[in-house]
Amino acid sequence: MSKNYETVIGLEVHVELATKTKIFCSCSTAFGGAPNTHTCPVCTGQPGSLPVLNKQVVEYAVAVGLATNCQITQYSKFDRKNYFYPDNPQNYQISQLYLPICRDGYVEIETDAGKKQVRIHEIHMEEDAGKLVHDEWEDVSIVDYNRSGVPLIEIVSEPDMRSADEVIAYLEKLRQTIQYLGASDCKLNEGSMRADVNLSVREVGSSKFGTRTEMKNLNSFKAIAHAIEGERERQIELLEAGRKVVQETRRWDDNKESSHAMRSKEDAQDYRYFPEPDLVPIVISDEWIADIRSRQPELRDEKLVRYKKEYDIPDYDAKIITSSKHMADIFEATTKLCGKPKKVSNWLMVEAMRLMKEHEMDPEELRFSPVNLAKLIELVESGTINGSVAKEVFEIVFDKDIDPEQYVEEKGLKSVNDEGELRDAVQRVIEENPQSVEDYHGGKEKALGYLVGQTMKATKGKANPGMVNKLLKELLG
Amino acid sequence: MNLLRYTAVELGKKIQAGEVSVLEATQAVLDAIKAKEAAVNSFVTVDEEGALKRAAEVQKLIDEGKLTGPLAGVPVAIKDNMCTEGLLTTCSSKILYNYIPTYSAEAVKRLEAAGAVIVGKTNMDEFAMGSTTETSAYGVTKNPWNTEHVPGGSSGGSCAAVAAEEVPYALGSDTGGSIRQPSSFCGVTGIKPTYGSVSRYGLIAYGSSLDQIGPIAKDVTDCATILESITSYDTKDSTSVKREDSDYTSALVDDVKGMRIGIPRDYFGEGLDPEVREAVLAAAETLKEKGAIVEEFDLGLVEYAIPAYYVIACAEASSNLARFDGVKYGYRTREYEGLHNMYKKSRSEGFGAEVKRRIMLGSFVLSSGYYDAYYLKALRVKALIKKAFDNAFSKYDVILGPAAPTTAPKLGQSLDNPIQMYLGDIYTISVNLAGLPGISLPCDMDKNGLPIGLQLIGDCFKEKNIIRAAYSFEQTREYKHSPLAEA
Repeated sequence: MSKNYETVIGLEVHVELATKTKIFCSCSTAFGGAPNTHTCPVCTGQPGSLPVLNKQVVEYAVAVGLATNCQITQYSKFDRKNYFYPDNPQNYQISQLYLPICRDGYVEIETDAGKKQVRIHEIHMEEDAGKLVHDEWEDVSIVDYNRSGVPLIEIVSEPDMRSADEVIAYLEKLRQTIQYLGASDCKLNEGSMRADVNLSVREVGSSKFGTRTEMKNLNSFKAIAHAIEGERERQIELLEAGRKVVQETRRWDDNKESSHAMRSKEDAQDYRYFPEPDLVPIVISDEWIADIRSRQPELRDEKLVRYKKEYDIPDYDAKIITSSKHMADIFEATTKLCGKPKKVSNWLMVEAMRLMKEHEMDPEELRFSPVNLAKLIELVESGTINGSVAKEVFEIVFDKDIDPEQYVEEKGLKSVNDEGELRDAVQRVIEENPQSVEDYHGGKEKALGYLVGQTMKATKGKANPGMVNKLLKELLG
Repeated sequence: MNLLRYTAVELGKKIQAGEVSVLEATQAVLDAIKAKEAAVNSFVTVDEEGALKRAAEVQKLIDEGKLTGPLAGVPVAIKDNMCTEGLLTTCSSKILYNYIPTYSAEAVKRLEAAGAVIVGKTNMDEFAMGSTTETSAYGVTKNPWNTEHVPGGSSGGSCAAVAAEEVPYALGSDTGGSIRQPSSFCGVTGIKPTYGSVSRYGLIAYGSSLDQIGPIAKDVTDCATILESITSYDTKDSTSVKREDSDYTSALVDDVKGMRIGIPRDYFGEGLDPEVREAVLAAAETLKEKGAIVEEFDLGLVEYAIPAYYVIACAEASSNLARFDGVKYGYRTREYEGLHNMYKKSRSEGFGAEVKRRIMLGSFVLSSGYYDAYYLKALRVKALIKKAFDNAFSKYDVILGPAAPTTAPKLGQSLDNPIQMYLGDIYTISVNLAGLPGISLPCDMDKNGLPIGLQLIGDCFKEKNIIRAAYSFEQTREYKHSPLAEA
């Protein structure tokens, strides 16, 4: 008889910080430069070069630590992790082992199973490696050090998660928090957020952990969820067959939707960590922590409470809007300009969401400016344009961030509000559609809708629909 | 008059006065190098073309009144572990046989800003690992006092070049005595400053927490002047210290009245050559006669300094030297199969035996399971040694002792017994572990005509104390020119 198993999951999450310059030199962190153009003696490991810590990295790491309820290590140090690989120009990575900058935190997550805390073991700072390009034709590998020295933080959780749902909720929570702090854009598909999954299974009720494996190369929430399900099943099958789980690192293959062993614990390297002698300890005073805390932006949970109080929009809308700091910023800025939170929320929830889905976009990629959305709302509210024209104009604003006032003017999209002009148009429609008029008089309410539609068509959609309705009823008697 | 007879400061004065041109001084140095290199082999690289070009530029700046410092126009040699932009920098290793840096070390830049003319790069023990300059991949440097003897190391090339009067002064580096011990063996003066005083940016690291660049010259005045030029707070070196007290030349005063000098009994025990012992104690007597208060004391922990040093320095070196892998620069083996084999062959062929020994030692002490027993314990010893010095400096201004237990050994006698060679660093090593400044200056000659060095050690940032004591002692003695200098 098959037993009941519980999945135990801990995550190691690497986040690339949004600093302008690298962690130990002043080279740019910008993406897309020609190979080895964002480099200097330090980040290419030239003999004699020395690292100098970028203060912004410390501030971001502390900010993330504070937002995840961590203890800040006020006397923190860097260590060298020694291993040979060509993407690592010094053949050691400057990281933190003995005194990481943050420890003992937690975040609260919510799933269908309810709310729970996921504890954070530590957050440490480290440098990223370069990129190897394998040229199959020439049978050589080429190295690009533009990414070498880009700052990372690694957030190590305790093994507190029990399902893929909890893992996704935890990652979403981290992502939102870090995006809110402006510390990173946290894009899984672009590698600015990467998660390694440590997973073991055990019989329900057991207090001992099973043997765990570590899964790497997970580039999407979907891959993470699939990898967790797959690995859980693989481990249970082994145990059911009376075999043992081997402690090893496994690599997820997105195409095959399966993982394979990369290296076992026996092959694990000895990194010969020791304190980095080229850097001095990082001493973080109470004042510095207080200063970083005071500059901490309003985080999502606080925003949700305030939105409810201040804007009176539905919970559901508030959750969607605040799921992205960028969208929340657009919401607040637009509301400030037009003073109509519900209208702004509607535009974001309905039209913006629809277009984002259509274009397969992230909320982070929204490009229109609050001032243009506010103008559009004003145009509708003042009756200058009607609803259907507004939707058309919004699409252009969404795409090209144009000034809607100017656009409406130029394209002649203003509503026809002139009663005389409309009365003529309605009269013509009545004359041209005797059947519908007859149907209307015969009690078919639907026929009125048809006549309104015909009038709108005749005015190229610019007629004020309310006025058309009123005039039709009046003229039809 | 042979221009190489002058000290750097004397030559600088002649240049400022217009009595000697920069070109003449530079040409004299290049001629001396040509005449003596076959006998001494102090240099890995001589940059004749660059030096002459630079000499003309410097002369112009002097003529325009833009360079008025004491070292303007004076030629200098740089130890080959400091990066020099556009000029081969090998660390005396095959693995960097073709490495031309794209930037210059901060100390080199400071000298250039002071108007120095770099004539070349001096030989050294490979990656500064050795005490004899015999581990160089580019041949052994010989002692200008007797070419059958070693010049000491690892800054043997810099010290020999000064003693042979190939060049007025040179820069060296000191991780465990690499300036002071060869200065002692070659009869010249060298200072290892307080850790953090001279930027390490561009110094190819051996033991990062111990390495310091310092001057090597014929006398204390030169060394104080040079050190004043290269001391700097450098934001590119996180271990660099901001100092307000680097006007070392203000300590060139012949007065030690009331100065408290401690002689550690532990430095005069077993293994110390009787002739060295006698000469050093005589120097102490001289200072006493000049008014210093001299007394003996027990420093303690001396026997732990060497093991602690080799654990820490080798641990750091094993990581520092990992970057020499044949991927980015330097030597790559000709034939290999795959990455691992390329690494293995390039490093096996590119590094010499002593470097490999220290990389292995350092990798071992950092290995999982040994880290606490070796590396952490060594760090604790280091802290205790610093404390012992703190105690001593609560009582004394200067600690006086020998720079090395013997005078220069013969060529070929040291490398076969590395433990014996390591023991030779006993008086210099604790100074690096504690981050202190130390000076070595000649105090006498042994019966074979080889120089004996006196070492003066100061508390952190108290270079002025040792400069003052050294200068005062120096006034009682004539500078002795080596036979190769006379040649």
